[in-house]
Amino acid sequence: MKNNSSAPVIEVKHLTCGYGETVVLQDVSFAVHARELIFVIGGSGCGKSTLLRCLIGLLKPFQGDVAYFGKSFIAADATQRREILKTFGVLYQNNALWSSMTLAENVSLPLEEHTSLSPTDLEEIVALKLTEVGLSGSEELYPAELSGGMKKRAALARALALDPAIVFFDEPSEGLDPITSREMDRLILQVRDTLGTTMVIVSHQLSSIFRLADRVIMLDRETKGIIAEGTPAELVAASTDPRVRDFLNQNEAFPKRTNQPSGGVLAHS
Amino acid sequence: MTGSHPLPEAVARDKTATAQLQAGAPGGECQVKIGGDWRLNERVPSWNSVLQNHIAMNVRVVPDDLGKWDTSLLLFLVHGRKWCAAAKRDFHVEALPENLQTLLRQVENVDSPKPASKAAIQSNWVLAATFAKKLANKTRENISFVGECTLGIVSLARHPRGFRWMDCVVEMQRCWASSLPIVSLVSFLVGVILAFQAAIQLQQYGAAVFVADLVGLSVVREMGPMMAAVIMAGGIGAAFAAQLGNMKVDEEIDALETLGISTVDFLALPRLLAVTLMMPFLALYANVLGFLGGMFVSATMLNIPAAAYWIETQNRVGISDVTSGLIKSVFFGLAIGLAGCLRGMKCERSAAGVGKATTSAVVTGILMIVIADALFALIFNVLGI
Repeated sequence: MKNNSSAPVIEVKHLTCGYGETVVLQDVSFAVHARELIFVIGGSGCGKSTLLRCLIGLLKPFQGDVAYFGKSFIAADATQRREILKTFGVLYQNNALWSSMTLAENVSLPLEEHTSLSPTDLEEIVALKLTEVGLSGSEELYPAELSGGMKKRAALARALALDPAIVFFDEPSEGLDPITSREMDRLILQVRDTLGTTMVIVSHQLSSIFRLADRVIMLDRETKGIIAEGTPAELVAASTDPRVRDFLNQNEAFPKRTNQPSGGVLAHS
Repeated sequence: MTGSHPLPEAVARDKTATAQLQAGAPGGECQVKIGGDWRLNERVPSWNSVLQNHIAMNVRVVPDDLGKWDTSLLLFLVHGRKWCAAAKRDFHVEALPENLQTLLRQVENVDSPKPASKAAIQSNWVLAATFAKKLANKTRENISFVGECTLGIVSLARHPRGFRWMDCVVEMQRCWASSLPIVSLVSFLVGVILAFQAAIQLQQYGAAVFVADLVGLSVVREMGPMMAAVIMAGGIGAAFAAQLGNMKVDEEIDALETLGISTVDFLALPRLLAVTLMMPFLALYANVLGFLGGMFVSATMLNIPAAAYWIETQNRVGISDVTSGLIKSVFFGLAIGLAGCLRGMKCERSAAGVGKATTSAVVTGILMIVIADALFALIFNVLGI
């Protein structure tokens, strides 16, 4: 959409990052192209969230670079950084809606900060955004008055407020029931198809991965980097790495359940 | 559960756990018969007491009227297995219930030696260095926050239209409304206490009317601004830290940052400005209540009419005394706001972190108030105010 050249939308080059003296990811490189819907997956503690924090500028990497539309994000000065920040929206794991503001205020704040729209235009855009995510009429509600699924939708509306070229999702279906989670997936696809947004989703929900992903990047804790990259189908069919196969295996042989009470320690009281 | 125990719960009474050693079984083995109910909260046999001084033989554990059991039995068996491994003997548990065997297999590696913890092997020097590093980081953090606030105020002075005045007004309202009742009570009582103390001494010399001078001066120059500031530090400073800390925990501050919105401009400055602007008003109000406290004691106990008290106060307390108190209170407000916002925004991402931030905001706030007061005492002394 915003960028017609073939340069990748996001380019991660030899990124090394972590906390304090602990290196979580080492020498990670990958690129994301326009309109791609890409999943970053991996077991707990593999650095998915750390990578996301680096990408959105909340964590300074030890080494390497993240570039948006060919412009370095890490080396950017304050003005350039602000410009880059405007190109993406983020949906946080626990939504991070500003709890002291109504939904309308939540969605309009990014617009107020970065545009000079008139109050009536603002109001209309907010209503549009909330309708897009299926929350029309909830303008005056506070985040605390919403259900888990509604909060996610509201957070998505806010992430989409500035019509960003990229949206980052941190565990979008975390804590949602299967039906709401499916609705969320549908919404994500709908946004991608209608707005042409590039999406980077950090998740370990297998069902969402298989439903949505154009491409999957799998991180590993031991390797501290990418161990597999490809479409989910490719990875399932062709990967020989047991870690990848294990992660993506939807029908893993599980110990057969017996009906007879096997009795555990806790059953004894 | 207890598949092996058919009695209903109500009827079943716990039997004492038993473990008996029977040597001389075929194949050079000894048998350990375990029976009864094994409970963590009751006395159960220990492996060593069963084996006592027996020479090492292969061991076979067999159930003998085994009732209910819990982790205490598992622990017993783990000890047995360890003992056998050390004595290089076989440990047979095949006769035990299937689920117990499964549990035993699951904890196979439970006592693999753990590496010495990192903290234990650190020398005092390393600890000191870590502490110094942390301290340096904290100091840098604090200085950079104060710097950011200063820059924010400068840019506010240049472009006042971009500032979130509405937020500031809301915070001012909150400062004023929430502190008024307690400031009233405390300031009035401070006036009363000062008047009492002064009266006891001054009455001896028949100089009771000078109570007005003493109360007036101490309230206006010290106690009014100080008490108002301490109450604000406890109320408003803590509230700032808790609000901002909670926002940090819920990623709300991250959400602002990734939108390119300056968190200092957006969150800290309105609060900082609100408390700084409100502080002198509260101090002035505290002064008035302090006077009234002194007047009340004088009128009721010392038989000094209110009018006389008021005239005496007017004669002694000059405008410079009042202003010196109010100037101080502006800085007290700044200290409270800075401490509250800084602690809140640098809060750890946990519930305990919010608690720590709140406490720390109050402590830092009061500490800074007292330090500022001492500095002002020095400055005013030098200037002769």
